[in-house]
Amino acid sequence: MGRTDRGAAPEPTVHEADPVSRPEPRGLSRRGLLGLAGAGVAGLGLGVGGDRVAQAAVAAASPSAAVYPFYGAHQAGIVTPAQDRLHFAAFDLAADATRDDLVALLRDWTAASASLAAGAAIGQFGAASGSYDAPPEDTGEAQGLPASGLTLTFGFDPALFETPAGVDRFGLAARRPPLLVDLPHFPGDLLEEGRGGGDLCIQACADDPQVAVHAIRNLSRIAFGRASLRWSQLGFGRTSSTSTSQATPRNLFGFKDGTANIKAEEPAVVDEQVWVPAADGPAWLAGGSYLVARRIRMTIEAWDRTILREQEAVFGRTKGEGAPLSGGTEFTEPDFSLAGRGDTPLIDAAAHVRLAHPAQNGGARMLRRGYNFVDGNDALGRLDAGLFFISFQRSPEQFSRVQLSLARHDALNEYTRHVGSALFAVPPGARRGSHIGAALFA
Amino acid sequence: MRARFPLLGFASAAGLLALTGCVPNAGAPGSSHAALTVDSSAAACTVSAAEAPAGNVRFRVANSGDQVTEFYLLADDGLRIVGEAENIGPGLSRDLVVQLPAGSYFTACKPGMAGDGIGKAEFTVTESAGAAPVSVDLAARIETANTNYASYVRDQVAQLVTGTAAFAAAYTTGDLDAARALYAPTRAHWERVETIAESFGDLDPKLDLREADLEEGQDWTGWHAIEKDLWPADAEAGFIAYGSEERGRLAGLLIADTATLNDKVQDLRFTLAQQTNGAIGLLDEVSTGKVTGEEEFWSHTDLSDFQANVDGASVLYAGVRDILVEKDAELAARLDREFAALQELLDAQRAGDGFRLYTELSPAEIRALADQVNALGEPLNQLTATLVL
Repeated sequence: MGRTDRGAAPEPTVHEADPVSRPEPRGLSRRGLLGLAGAGVAGLGLGVGGDRVAQAAVAAASPSAAVYPFYGAHQAGIVTPAQDRLHFAAFDLAADATRDDLVALLRDWTAASASLAAGAAIGQFGAASGSYDAPPEDTGEAQGLPASGLTLTFGFDPALFETPAGVDRFGLAARRPPLLVDLPHFPGDLLEEGRGGGDLCIQACADDPQVAVHAIRNLSRIAFGRASLRWSQLGFGRTSSTSTSQATPRNLFGFKDGTANIKAEEPAVVDEQVWVPAADGPAWLAGGSYLVARRIRMTIEAWDRTILREQEAVFGRTKGEGAPLSGGTEFTEPDFSLAGRGDTPLIDAAAHVRLAHPAQNGGARMLRRGYNFVDGNDALGRLDAGLFFISFQRSPEQFSRVQLSLARHDALNEYTRHVGSALFAVPPGARRGSHIGAALFA
Repeated sequence: MRARFPLLGFASAAGLLALTGCVPNAGAPGSSHAALTVDSSAAACTVSAAEAPAGNVRFRVANSGDQVTEFYLLADDGLRIVGEAENIGPGLSRDLVVQLPAGSYFTACKPGMAGDGIGKAEFTVTESAGAAPVSVDLAARIETANTNYASYVRDQVAQLVTGTAAFAAAYTTGDLDAARALYAPTRAHWERVETIAESFGDLDPKLDLREADLEEGQDWTGWHAIEKDLWPADAEAGFIAYGSEERGRLAGLLIADTATLNDKVQDLRFTLAQQTNGAIGLLDEVSTGKVTGEEEFWSHTDLSDFQANVDGASVLYAGVRDILVEKDAELAARLDREFAALQELLDAQRAGDGFRLYTELSPAEIRALADQVNALGEPLNQLTATLVL
C-alpha cells in the first residue's frame, strides 16, 4: 500500500531526483569521508575504496573510523585486527542460476563491497537520494556512521563446485580443490538443519554492529533472484586477537580466548599456516585460505554451577590472568610436563589448552577469528549462547586434526555442543577492476 | 550420555578438600573477611600479618619462586592440616579461604612439594565479635556421611550388575518385549550414580555413548547401541536390526564392562566436597541431557533417567543435610522445598511402573521441569561452600 501512495504523487519529486542538486557527492552520502576523498570521486563511489591516504587520515581520527582496503593480494578480514562485531551469512544460488549469473553476482558484490568497506553507500545515489519514484539504492541504516573497520570476506562451499548428488552446475567440478570436501563427523557433533552448508559465504566484520548488518543486508538484496540467504549468524564480541596490539578478549565461559592465536605480526607463520601457496594448488586459490565456521552452543547454565577449581582445570589456565596453570603470565608457554602433587600434571591431560596446543597436533595452528553470540533463549529458558568459531588455515586438515583431538578428549565438551558446521575455500583478494574469485572462472 | 571427563576424579582426589578445608574464591558475598597475602619464594614463606580476627580469612598465596608450591595452615599441634592451597605454578596466585575459630595456628610453604616445608611461622586468630559461631567438630558425622555414600554407590552398581544380566538374557534370547521393559529400570541404577560411573573415562564411552558422540569408524557399544536396536522406529531409512551374533557381542560387552565398573567402585572414598559437587553434577546431567530428550534418543525414556539422577542427588543431599541444618538452616529449608517441588513435577508424569515418554510431554511441561531444575540448582550451588568452609 505504501508503494501505491508514493506512486500517486510523482510530480513534486522531479527536481529532487536530480543528483546535481544534492549537497552530497554521489555515492558518498554516508559519512565524513567526503571531506577527505569526495572531491576526486566520480561515478559510483567505488573509486574511494582504496584511497589509502583518506584511510590513514580517518583511521587516525578514531578507532571505529578505521578503513581497510577491500582490494589487495589477500582478502581483508583475515589478518585484519579482529573487529568487535560479526554478521556472517551463507547463500544458496538460485536453482536456475547460470555460470554467468554467478560471475555477475561476484562482480556486483565486489563493487558494492569496495564501496561499503570505504564507508560509502551502495549505488549511484545512496540512501536518501535518487529518483523519488524508486526505492533508495542503499537501505540507509548506516547513514552517518563511519566505515567502522568493515571487512567483507567471501568464500566458496564445496557444493558450489559439485552438489552432494554430483551435479556440476557451473562447470567448476574440475577446478575444485581436492581438500575442499565437507568436514567429517566429529564425535559429539549435533549438527542442526539450516546451520551449515550453502554455496557462498560472506563474513562481514566491523566495530559497529549496524555497519556489519547493513553490509549483509545490502549484499543480500543485490543477490535477490540469483542467490538467497540460507543461514546467518550475528556475533557481538570478538573472542580472538589477530594482532599483538589487541588485548585478549573473553569467551562466554569468562576465560580469555585466543591467547596463542596466530597474529598478523608473525608474517612467516601466517604464510606457513594461513595462506594457500601456489605450490599447494589449485592455481586460482593461491593467496587464499580455507575458512571453517562452527556454531558452538555453550550450556552456560551448567558451567556457571561449576566450581572455580574445575573451571580452571578444564581450560588449563587461570580465570583471571589467563596464565597457564603451569605458571607464569598470560603469554608464558604452557609447560605440559610440570607436575604437581601426586606427580599429576598441573595442566590436566584433558585440559583445553593442552589438547588444542600445536605441540599436541603436529604443529598445526589456525588463525582463529570467532565471536560470542547470544541468540535469545531456547524453549527451556536457557540462553541460546555460545561461540561462533571461525578459523582460517592453509588446509582444512589443520582444523580437523585439532578438532578430532578436542572432540575425543576435551574436558570442555561437557559444556559445549557443535550445532553448525561449514567449510569454505576463500579465494585470494581481488585486484581493482577485477572481482572476487575471478581466477576461478578464467 | 555425552562423554564426561571429570577432572576432579573421585578416586584420585583424596584430601583435595579437607573437612575444614578450602573453597577457592568462595568469598561469602556481603560478609567481611580478613584478607592476607602470602609470598612463597624459594627461600621464604612470608605472610602479610601474623594474626587475624576469627571468621573468614582469605590467604592470597603468590608463588614467586620457580617451583610448584603449596601453602599450609596447620593447627596448634603443627601437624593437622586446617587448610591448604596446592599445585600453585610459578608466578601464579591462588586463594585459600577458611573459616577459623580463635586459637593458635602455623603457616608454612612447601616449594617443590617435597620435604618438611619452609618458613613455618606462628599464626594467631583472635576473638572477634563479628565472627560466626564456629561449629563443633563434625568430623565423625562427616565421616559417616562419606562412608554411607560409598555404600550407596556400591549397592547401586551391584544392582546394576544383576539387572544388566537379566536384560542381556532377554535381549540375546530374542525376548525383545522383556528387554524393552527392563531397559529403563536397569539403567536407573547407572543414572543414580552417573557422575561416579563417568569418572572412569574409559568405561563411560563403552557403556553409555550416544550415536552422535561417535567418531567415524568407532565401534559403538553399550546401552544406547542396544537401545536403537530395540526401538528402531526413529532410525534412519535402511536401518537393519542387528543379527544374533551382534546382539550376543553387545550383550557380552555390556556385562563385562559393568563388571569392571563394579570392581572399580569397591574401594572408592569420598570427601564432603565430592559429595556435594556430585549432586550438582547429577543435576547438570538432567539439564543437559534428560530435560532435552537427547539421552534416550530412541526409547524416549528420558524421564526415568531424570528421576534416577534426581534420586542420586537427593541421596547425596540427604547424607549431609543434618550437617547443613546446623550450618545454615535456611539453605536446608530451601533445598528441601526445591527437591520436593521437582519431585512433584516428576510424579505428575508417572505412568504405570515408569513415566510418560519424553515425546508425549508438552512444551509447557518440559519447560516447567527445566525451570525447576534451575530453581534447585541455584541453592545446590551454595552447598559446597556452606559445608566445607
